[in-house]
Amino acid sequence: MAVVLAIFSAYLMWKSAELPIGWIPDEGPGGGAFPFWLSAGMLLSSLWIILRWFRRATPQSRSSEPYFDSQSATLIALVVGALVLMIGSIHWIGVYGAIPLFFVFYMKIIGRHSWGQTVAFAIGAPIVTFFFFEILLHITLPKGATEPLFYPLYDIFM
Amino acid sequence: MEIIQLLLDGFLIALQPTNLFLVIIGCAVGLFIGAMPGLGSVNGVAILLPVTFIVPPTSAIIFLAAIYYGAMYGGAVSSIMLGIPGASTAVATTFDGRPMAVQGRADVALVAAAVASFTGGTISVILFTAFAPPLAHVALAFGSAEEFALMLLAFGTFIGLGGDDIPKTLFSIMIGLVLSAVGLDVLSGQPRLIFGDIPGFFHGINFLVLAIGIYGIGEILWTIESSRGEVQVSQAEVSVRRVLSAIKEMGGCIKSMIMGSFVGYFVGLLPAAGATPGSIMAYGFAKTMSKNPDSYGKGNIDGVAAPESANNAASTGSMLPMLTLGIPGSPTTAILLGGMVIWGLEPGPRLFVDQTEFVWGLIASLYVANLFSLLLNVAFIPLFIWVLKLPFTILAPVIFVLCVVGGYAPTQDMHDVWLMLIFGVVGYLMRKLDYPMAPMVLAIVLGPLAESSLRQALLQSEGSLMVFIERPISGPIVGVALLLFLLPVFKALKRKLSAGQGSEGGTQG
Repeated sequence: MAVVLAIFSAYLMWKSAELPIGWIPDEGPGGGAFPFWLSAGMLLSSLWIILRWFRRATPQSRSSEPYFDSQSATLIALVVGALVLMIGSIHWIGVYGAIPLFFVFYMKIIGRHSWGQTVAFAIGAPIVTFFFFEILLHITLPKGATEPLFYPLYDIFM
Repeated sequence: MEIIQLLLDGFLIALQPTNLFLVIIGCAVGLFIGAMPGLGSVNGVAILLPVTFIVPPTSAIIFLAAIYYGAMYGGAVSSIMLGIPGASTAVATTFDGRPMAVQGRADVALVAAAVASFTGGTISVILFTAFAPPLAHVALAFGSAEEFALMLLAFGTFIGLGGDDIPKTLFSIMIGLVLSAVGLDVLSGQPRLIFGDIPGFFHGINFLVLAIGIYGIGEILWTIESSRGEVQVSQAEVSVRRVLSAIKEMGGCIKSMIMGSFVGYFVGLLPAAGATPGSIMAYGFAKTMSKNPDSYGKGNIDGVAAPESANNAASTGSMLPMLTLGIPGSPTTAILLGGMVIWGLEPGPRLFVDQTEFVWGLIASLYVANLFSLLLNVAFIPLFIWVLKLPFTILAPVIFVLCVVGGYAPTQDMHDVWLMLIFGVVGYLMRKLDYPMAPMVLAIVLGPLAESSLRQALLQSEGSLMVFIERPISGPIVGVALLLFLLPVFKALKRKLSAGQGSEGGTQG
């Protein structure tokens, strides 16, 4: 982890250096100075973390337990995968298509709940979301290809 | 007596029907969020902040403060009934609360927790009312050097008192500050760190995206992994008669409740310390002061009263530096501070002068929220027990959906939703390796202010760092901050010295 973070810090330093990082006469420190020195600090602390790992100074480096046991790795991967698919499908079928699918997947496959409960949440959640965000807050949520289906609803409520 | 007048005006605002309604809803929501294992006040406030755009800022902060309060009450419920702290702030409550539940005295423990929370909340709000205006008055004289020095102090407390791995804490602070620098440079207007001209980065990284990512998505992932095992819910019998007799039993706890309130309040004032160490310290004090410390951990009612009064007092305490100095005292207040910026209020000492209605409405609503949390808490005990039996596989998707929609709402940009997911997953992976997350959230909120005050101070001094040391207020603050940064070094040296002596003693013996 620390190695990845060290590389990321170096990248940030290099990006910050695109703006002046030094002292500009009569103007003060350049725009890149603040992030540059902080990224430098990040790099140093990651190096420190790596050093401590080699010297086995932290509990993680001494433990022989795997970072993930296989059961929780599968579960977490499944949940994160479902989230990625849900957010990805918002671009395509919109929030009101993605939320029910997500509920069906999560409650039926991960949670093993009955169909009755699952369908109640899959239908209830988008309705509550619609009334709260679109009608009460006037925030239009992305609908993707399902947009035309909402025209009659707009006519009724707005 | 000016303060009393202002407070009365505040009550007029807090008791307006809308605000009163929001306080009650906020307390109820907070109680449930606090009662669910894994979710605490930070999570509730972070996930629900986007929802508050519907009401004016004063009502919005009253609602969020009520959630904050309610969650502090609610945390005790799962500590007692499940033996799992409902939030990190309720860890110390499990020490004696769980044994009491096992002995069949769950109702006494729950009532004790509620009454202690009320005492802690009330004492601390009175302290708050007395201290806040003078402190804000002093803070009006602060310039950019003092502002920067205070922020240094805030980060110093994480390193000196946070108790986490030091390089990891440092890394967490700095990555938060760097993330806050993404977007357009305030002074020159040039874009920076936009990662290959991705347009979503031009408006900067909204702190809410990081906060919801870490405290919404990351936290749920963490809970999914750590709570797979079955838990046993204790039974509690609740009736008016039993509640009254439990309140009578609380008479003996007055001393530990008052002690807990003061400890919690003053620990809460420090940034980074907050309610968790406050409640653990109060538990420790109560134990050392007690006549029979052996009964602690076996179901002593004082062991519930002390930490519960402390964690509520600390939550009020952490609002003092947020309102008067613009420096949050806990991750939750960091999010409240970020919310204030979104609502168009400028945090800092000017609030007390320019936004009296906002400040005093909030303070008065704390009194009101306290009372309602107590009433709702005792009235809804059976309901909480039902909620605790709710399977997490229903709760988790509901919260995920709320995170996604809430992450989209403020900027209405899908870019932010993706970023939130990345922060959530990376934050979860980092947390597994003991990287502390609170400094990062605090840093992204304070980052813009830290950078501009640093650059302004340096401009005025023409680049000399002496400006931070020479000014009469900023000098001592920087001194204390440096001490805190160096505290771990001293500790390590001391440990080495004593270890050296110990081994010498060993060879001689």
